[in-house]
Amino acid sequence: MNKIQSPFWVIVRKEVADHVRSWRFIILIAIIALTCMGSLYTALTNIGAAIKPNDPDGSFLFLKLFTASDGTLPSFVIFISFLGPLLGIGLGFDAINSEQNKGTLSRVLSQPIHRDYLINAKFVGALIVIGVMLLTLALLVMGFGLIAIGIPPTAEEFSRIICFIGVSIVYVAFWLNLSIFFSIKFKQAATSALACIAVWLFFSVFYNMIVNLVGKAISPSAMASTYQIISYQKFMLNLLRFAPSMLFNEATTTLLMPSVRSLGPLTMEQVHGAIPSPLPLGQSLMVVWPQLTGLIAATVICFALSYASFMRKEIRSR
Amino acid sequence: MHEPIIELHDLTKQYGKFSAVDRINLTVRKGEIFGILGPNGAGKSTTILMMLGLTDPTSGDVKVCGIDSTRNPIQVREKVGYLPEDVGFYDDMTGIENLLYTARLNRIDEKKAQAKARELLERVGLPLDTKKKAGKYSRGMRQRLGLADVLIKNPEVIILDEPTSGIDPAGVQEFMDLIRQLRDENGLTVLFSSHHLDQVQQICDRVGLFGGGKLLAEVNIEELQSEEHGLENMYNRYFGGGKSHE
Ligand SMILES: Nc1ncnc2c1ncn2[C@@H]1O[C@H](COP(=O)(O)OP(=O)(O)OP(=O)(O)O)[C@@H](O)[C@H]1O
Ligand SMILES: [Mg+2]
Repeated sequence: MNKIQSPFWVIVRKEVADHVRSWRFIILIAIIALTCMGSLYTALTNIGAAIKPNDPDGSFLFLKLFTASDGTLPSFVIFISFLGPLLGIGLGFDAINSEQNKGTLSRVLSQPIHRDYLINAKFVGALIVIGVMLLTLALLVMGFGLIAIGIPPTAEEFSRIICFIGVSIVYVAFWLNLSIFFSIKFKQAATSALACIAVWLFFSVFYNMIVNLVGKAISPSAMASTYQIISYQKFMLNLLRFAPSMLFNEATTTLLMPSVRSLGPLTMEQVHGAIPSPLPLGQSLMVVWPQLTGLIAATVICFALSYASFMRKEIRSR
Repeated sequence: MHEPIIELHDLTKQYGKFSAVDRINLTVRKGEIFGILGPNGAGKSTTILMMLGLTDPTSGDVKVCGIDSTRNPIQVREKVGYLPEDVGFYDDMTGIENLLYTARLNRIDEKKAQAKARELLERVGLPLDTKKKAGKYSRGMRQRLGLADVLIKNPEVIILDEPTSGIDPAGVQEFMDLIRQLRDENGLTVLFSSHHLDQVQQICDRVGLFGGGKLLAEVNIEELQSEEHGLENMYNRYFGGGKSHE
């Protein structure tokens, strides 16, 4: 190899190598692989029951692998929405502060590289690892599914699953960026890990409770008009959408259940006359477009925050 | 020999109301070994950070090789090798891998870097043990590896922040000889911060005495050679006490 690599890719390569060799990554991958295999198992044993005679998604047998469950173990999708943040946080929470504490940060940043190379490369490196891992996992699930049910996925199903993985990667990227931001802000890796977990818990547990409380307080009276009720429901839904996990769940549900036509409340007039039939992929993508943009925007905000706090930061050794 | 390489002009760094570095004016010329001598908290490291653009001055400016370190830190860092105080390495990489990583960040050709890294390891007195991870290095070995790391990019200027801390006495002597050799053979300019009077006196051409963020005096060592304990007397005049160490 004679071509001289740009320093950016040099750092990315090192990051990827570091992640892949680290115990942390092996533990994370073990947790995620095990739970996903568990959910695949329950999906397979229940796939017969999952398909009801009138189910408009009935023809999408393969997608059921990702969404079906018998209630004992959550489905693949739920697992990803729950463990994805853990993966992102796990790979990012000590990105910058560990280098600072090891005394390597000032050495690396005194080389002729842009400062943002370092945070970007840390982000890209971890994202490559996460992307490859999620893709492998999805392919594995499909492979096992193929063996078990014996019907290959249609092109449509395959593209839907790939889109689903794409959305999952964006979702994990958000948590990754958030944790990189905290790793810049907090000098102790433990503090930044705690801060990330606090945000995660807030959105996955407390946020719904708070929104419910707000909902109770402002709920319209029984005499309210349809219009009022609908606008109330829309408002509540939009409140919930501030949680990244909500955006993710909406996006993945739409992608993996082609019969979902809208993510808001529908009036009788809108539903009237609509045949419960699956949407083509393009239409489903149109439905989740706002969710996807929301997730990407949240990621970009975290990135902007990291950038702003890192670019002018004083870099002392240790 | 006389063109200025490092120029500080009214350089000031304030943390809140506290001035860590207070209106420092200083010029270091090409090929010089310049010592920054001062007790703990004198502002030595802060001044050095500003030279590399690792922190921004509150006011004043700093130029290295004629380039403004605050505005164009990257160009400065192409020419300057910096050894931070208490340098750290990637623990799970060997010494030579750490050096090669730095070389790659400097866009040095892989083959050349390999050869150069080996040569440097030998030169700073580290065994060419290709298995030992940097995490297992002792403090002094890290410091030596740090010097190799600074040199691998073929710098014009090297800035060493307390490079001898943690090195054993014989090692310090080798270290100093090496620094002088580098200057004599390659025409490197060396900026050397320390609170060891004797070390500074031994290898520096000129010394800046730092205290309380100010440059208290600039001394030409040769001129002081005539007096016995010249620098020591001077140091004591500014900082009191009879101690020259720590
Ligand atoms: N982030 C900061 N906030 C406030 N004060 C600071 C900060 N960083 C450094 N200082 C102060 O600036 C002064 C100069 O610090 P500096 O690290 O430059 O000293 P030094 O001369 O390198 O000392 P030493 O010999 O211990 O390395 C010290 O009094 C220190 O307390
Ligand atoms: Mg210092």
